Amino acid sequence: MNMKVIPIASPSAVRQRKREAPKGRRASEAARAAVRELLGKSPRQRDLLIEYLHLLQDRFGHLSADHLAALAQEMDLAQTEVYEVASFYHHFDVVREGDAVPPALTVRVCDGLSCEMAGAKDLLARLPAILGKEVRVIAAPCIGRCEQAPAVAVGQHPIANATLDAVHSAVKAGRTTHTPKGFIDLKAYEAGGGYALLKSCVAGDHEVDGIVKALSDSGLRGLGGAGFPAGRKWSIVRNEPAPRLMAVNIDEGEPGTFKDRVLLERDPHRFLEGMLIAAWAVGIARIYIYLRDEYHGGRAILEGELAKLRKHPPYPGMPEIILRRGAGAYICGEESAMIESIEGKRGMPRLRPPYVAQVGLFGRPTLEHNFETLYWVREIVEKGGAWFASHGRHGRKGLRSFSVSGRVKDPGMKLASAGITMHELIADYCGGMLDGHAFYAYLPGGASGGILPARMGDIPLDFDTLQPYGCFIGSAAVIVLSDQDRAMHAARNMMRFFAHESCGQCTPCRNGTAKASVLIDNAQWDLPLLEDLSQVMRDASICGLGQAAPNPVDCVVKYFAHELESKEGA
Amino acid sequence: MNAITRNEAAALDAPTIGFTLNGREVKARQDELLIEVADREGVEIPRLCYKPGLDAVGNCRACVVEIDGERVLAPSCCRTASAGMKVTTDSERARKSQQLVLELLLADMPERAYTRNNELDVWAAKLNVGKPRFASRVQPAADLSHPAMAVNLDACIQCTRCLRACRDEQVNDVIGLAFRGEHAKIVFDMDDPMGASTCVGCGECVQACPTGALMPARDVGLEVPDKQVASVCPYCGVGCQLTYNVKGNRILFVEGRDGPANQSRLCVKGRYGFDYAHHPQRLTKPLIRRADAPAKRGDFVMDPDRVMDVFREATWDEALDFAGGKLKAIRDQYGKKSLAGFGSAKGSNEEAYLFQKLVRTGFGSNNVDHCTRLCHASSVVALLEGIGSGAVSNPVMDVTKAEVVIVIGANPTVNHPVAATFIKNAVKNGTKLIVCDPRRSDLARLAHRFLQFKPASDVAMLNAMMHVIVTEDLVDADFIASRTIGYDELRKNVENYSPEAMAPICGIDADTLRYVARLYAKSKGSMILWGMGVSQHVHGTDNARCLIALALMTGQIGRPGTGLHPLRGQNNVQGASDAGLIPMMFPDYQHVTKPEVRASFERAWKLAPGTLDDKVGLTVVEVMHAAKRGEIRGMYVQGENPAMSDPDANHAREALASLEHLVVQDIFLTETAYLADVILPAGAFPEKTGTFTNTDRMVQMARQAIDPPGDARQDLWIIQEIARRLGLAWNYGHVSEVFDEMRHTMPSIGGITWDRLEREHAVTYPCVAEGDPGDPVVFVEDFPREDGKARFVPVDIIPAAELPDADYPLVLITGRQLEHWHTGSMTRRASVLDAIEPDPTALVHPLDLDAFGVKPGDVLTIESRRGKVSLFARAEEGTPRGAVFVPFCYYEAAINKLTNAALDPFAKIPEFKYCAIRVKAGGEAPRQGSYGGGQLLSPVAELTA
Repeated sequence: MNMKVIPIASPSAVRQRKREAPKGRRASEAARAAVRELLGKSPRQRDLLIEYLHLLQDRFGHLSADHLAALAQEMDLAQTEVYEVASFYHHFDVVREGDAVPPALTVRVCDGLSCEMAGAKDLLARLPAILGKEVRVIAAPCIGRCEQAPAVAVGQHPIANATLDAVHSAVKAGRTTHTPKGFIDLKAYEAGGGYALLKSCVAGDHEVDGIVKALSDSGLRGLGGAGFPAGRKWSIVRNEPAPRLMAVNIDEGEPGTFKDRVLLERDPHRFLEGMLIAAWAVGIARIYIYLRDEYHGGRAILEGELAKLRKHPPYPGMPEIILRRGAGAYICGEESAMIESIEGKRGMPRLRPPYVAQVGLFGRPTLEHNFETLYWVREIVEKGGAWFASHGRHGRKGLRSFSVSGRVKDPGMKLASAGITMHELIADYCGGMLDGHAFYAYLPGGASGGILPARMGDIPLDFDTLQPYGCFIGSAAVIVLSDQDRAMHAARNMMRFFAHESCGQCTPCRNGTAKASVLIDNAQWDLPLLEDLSQVMRDASICGLGQAAPNPVDCVVKYFAHELESKEGA
Repeated sequence: MNAITRNEAAALDAPTIGFTLNGREVKARQDELLIEVADREGVEIPRLCYKPGLDAVGNCRACVVEIDGERVLAPSCCRTASAGMKVTTDSERARKSQQLVLELLLADMPERAYTRNNELDVWAAKLNVGKPRFASRVQPAADLSHPAMAVNLDACIQCTRCLRACRDEQVNDVIGLAFRGEHAKIVFDMDDPMGASTCVGCGECVQACPTGALMPARDVGLEVPDKQVASVCPYCGVGCQLTYNVKGNRILFVEGRDGPANQSRLCVKGRYGFDYAHHPQRLTKPLIRRADAPAKRGDFVMDPDRVMDVFREATWDEALDFAGGKLKAIRDQYGKKSLAGFGSAKGSNEEAYLFQKLVRTGFGSNNVDHCTRLCHASSVVALLEGIGSGAVSNPVMDVTKAEVVIVIGANPTVNHPVAATFIKNAVKNGTKLIVCDPRRSDLARLAHRFLQFKPASDVAMLNAMMHVIVTEDLVDADFIASRTIGYDELRKNVENYSPEAMAPICGIDADTLRYVARLYAKSKGSMILWGMGVSQHVHGTDNARCLIALALMTGQIGRPGTGLHPLRGQNNVQGASDAGLIPMMFPDYQHVTKPEVRASFERAWKLAPGTLDDKVGLTVVEVMHAAKRGEIRGMYVQGENPAMSDPDANHAREALASLEHLVVQDIFLTETAYLADVILPAGAFPEKTGTFTNTDRMVQMARQAIDPPGDARQDLWIIQEIARRLGLAWNYGHVSEVFDEMRHTMPSIGGITWDRLEREHAVTYPCVAEGDPGDPVVFVEDFPREDGKARFVPVDIIPAAELPDADYPLVLITGRQLEHWHTGSMTRRASVLDAIEPDPTALVHPLDLDAFGVKPGDVLTIESRRGKVSLFARAEEGTPRGAVFVPFCYYEAAINKLTNAALDPFAKIPEFKYCAIRVKAGGEAPRQGSYGGGQLLSPVAELTA
């Protein structure tokens, strides 16, 4: 039923308003001046909309309707074009006339599965009273620090293994930014032989075909989760008409995944060199790096190191590198949604065909890569494709950076052989389970890769090996559950996440995640209905989010039926 | 068919391939969508977000099908077939998803229906989707804030058809999809109530909505029409085809019809401005001025609700005898030149033809004119002089074929809204739009360059551009040599107009002038469209001459996607001019001074040789002066309102008041009718059948949808009855008989038959012989002048007639606004339009308003040497500093009391776009009478509030 009706407002007030000004909201002169000053001489091009929204949000702590109208006017956009983008991203606080303005400081408590298991709910319940009205405490979807669970961000300052005290003292001390230290900067990287390979490529010491062959020999596949062979991608995009663009995906948002962050905060230039080698090999005119907004430290590193690189380019004519900032949207990790976001729009996945390699960013053929894929390029070329392929267990080839979190003693990023099993990973890399916890279940590929019981812990972990079980490895984000956890709770957490992060474009995902979330919150699951719902989501959603969203639920039904039969689900 | 979409733009000559559809071998074009092939093959696939004419977006997923070898199902609205593909639309797997999608959406539908045709319900029934098993969402609030449309988002399925209609098709850019996930919501601007948003009320979203979430207000969409009548829009010159949905002699609602000029689109006037025909103030009885009525005066205040204070009812016989008899008596006593007639560009071609024939043969002079004099007379003079024809060279739709489009002195989003949508579509597809106007219009936002030049500096700016084209040798020398005369004089003349010299005069920097000149000259196809901003000046003819010269020197005419298009204002201003409703020409622009022309009309009209007047008659403003001088003693005015629309309206009203005998034929008691001796109640547009010629030279059929109220009669009948009283033995039966006579005296439309118009609804002229297709693009080979050559006419700067000075330091610009037509007699009695714009406002730059010490919404008083009005101050940044813009549709603040009647020497068009004024804060708030001010809908609003 309708809650209320927006009536024809008091006729006299409406009439007076009509006399005063033309239709619709008019930006105040003050707001227009503020926007003009903030944008300065920056170009008013549409793809910079999200960047400019960040400028406003950072300066004023929120986005007032007045400022949004002024921005629209300044950029020759319609108001709704600005509003629909601003309201899409979680990190923008749109404040319409009469709405409450949020406090200056926001504390985000990660309620991803690993953090939830580590006590995030308790933090969320108790922090508001401790921090007072001046601070906003909100739950945030996975912030990519699962090995530090529970993780909290005070403004832009991350707190590992957060406690009430740690958060409180950070707030009191005004620690709200993140300046990472201890990474390999340009000088150190070059001292270690960095950029020599790139220079020799540009100098003509390497044939492009040779580099592509090394990649193909290595068996390197896209490490963002889709696993498309990297060498083949280069060959395809190379053959598309110029100008070709490149888009790098560091929107590491899959719950449980943090490997890109760890590597970025350790050795950023290894990635940048790989990126520039790819750009050279494929003939790229311009490179866009899309970094998730939660990685404030990573952004500080990249901004600084890219500035140095532009000042001292490894070779003349290095393509332009543009860093773009996400704004809180898991879906923007989907390659075409990311492209939409780079273009300054809502991050809504495109329908394919046409594929990004043919019609991508700004309608141009686009080479899109995950951070880690590029991170490996230098070492693979230097050591040869066979070196990379020589790793592997149980018949699988290559290396994987596993993000391991949950109930293990030593969570973190674990560089291990592809094909390693869950039992091996816990025992050989993570120091076993936490004391008092027994291995019960695991999520092999973040929120969307499904849930498997401990008894299936001997399956080699790699691309293609988990599909027969209705699961996949994706970005190799492994979350370990113990006998104190329940798979159905994990499924509820995941479905809440998917409903929160669905872009809302297609019916199966928009309505499906929301309806599924309601259905599985019930003590009794309506299994035939859930089965129907799973099928339409898998078969008819536009992108991977909706297609994979039923995985956790289906796995609970398939492998954890005993949980559904007991009363504890209620 | 609607917007020009990417899918349609893709090449249509793609090769044919074969594939399997539900086990059957079928053939398809390679670029054909699976859903299109399925429709063609009779295979039914459910669909909601898909609508032909809009870009396919594939978001509802109701149309998913199974393709062999693919992991997931594919939306058939977004996929094309490839050779050998195996597609199944009705497999268990495909059906399951189709049904589940419908069920998921159905779960969120409200209990009550908002439309009689909910596409979701239709498909759910077809696919046997029963009661949904899912719980409903929390439903959003209804939004009834807009006078024309109801927004019930509880019936919204987020298919974005409305959004695409608003943004891709109409390009009004009001509707957005905000938020995300299950909170994804259709919003207006920034989630504002529709009525408070920038919505221009075109209703395209309503026409696109599949579930009734967007519907006409007050549930009229739930009523069942008795009949649907295919007609055209009665307002502007774009000529949109529409459908009247009628029940019991009332129009319920209007829908866009797929005409060549509008492709189903309409604007707020066309879609929601129809109920003036049902207004209680319609004249339903002939009226004769009472003997005891107060003497006629120019400075009257009238109330249409108190007609009987001044008039008494009469029978048709009495009224006609009095009206016609007195005209005849004046003619016989004072001579043929003592009478004049104003016909109307709102009437049909047939009415215009008969009216001018009545004046020319009944009154016996060429004293016949109409409001074309006030709008494009100067354009027509320049065009006839330069290229031999007063009509457009290319249709509006050619903007979609042009590389560069210049819109100068025109505000098409307001005055030709549907034409503007095609300009905006072209911009979205890559056409570079140059907008030149002293006022920043909505179109400027989409412009490649916006040249906000100083009022009345057109010639300086255009000569500077020509200077660039000449000095940089960007001319089309072959075109000039083979198809024009007079280039050398023009070249010499523009030498003195360098951009650097003109920049301070026109206010546009030299670099921009050079850039735009080069862009225009070098493009593969450049088109110029203009409006009253060019024509309504004392140098209006000169302005148009410059535009013509620009096109000629660069050869940007005579091909698709080029040419000259004066955007015609009234729905039939082209046709009325064509039909000879002007004092210097017989039908089809045949000059009255040519003996052979007069002889041919004397033969056609069965008159004695030498009967027809060989002198050019008086124009609109000249008639008023002559009336004031007592030379014109009697007038017959059909459907025009010079008391509101003429410049220096106080003077015009005095002139009308001084007439011995004034016969006015109209549907309402207009300001002009108030001064009449006899008022003849006529039929409104939907109450008659006739042809109307749009701005593209397209003759279109308008059909009667309802009967006239009371004793009101159709104009054609009234004109004939007056003619009889003047001694003319006319006996036209059906309107088609008039059309048939017309086409035999007008070679341009000679090939157009009534039957063909009935069949095809629209035919473009020139169409000389029956069966000719009609030529949308003319001057391909030659120009209709001597030797087939066009002529350059060099011009110099003439200042405006009345420049600002110490006493009157500001400039007044007049014009129209989106919701109101001309003098407001129709639109201010259309409930929705009146509700959207209830009050007279003066548009002033906010900084000027500050300087005047006036707050937005307060009253200010504007005064010129001729008169003054008080009205509300509206802060509007698009208005240039130092100028005030006022629409002339408000009787309570009739701005034409201030305008200058100074005339262009060639075209006799008055300078509506420029006169000197002063502004004072305060004044008496405008007093509204028995209509206007939103009073028709305000009781409804009170009830809802």
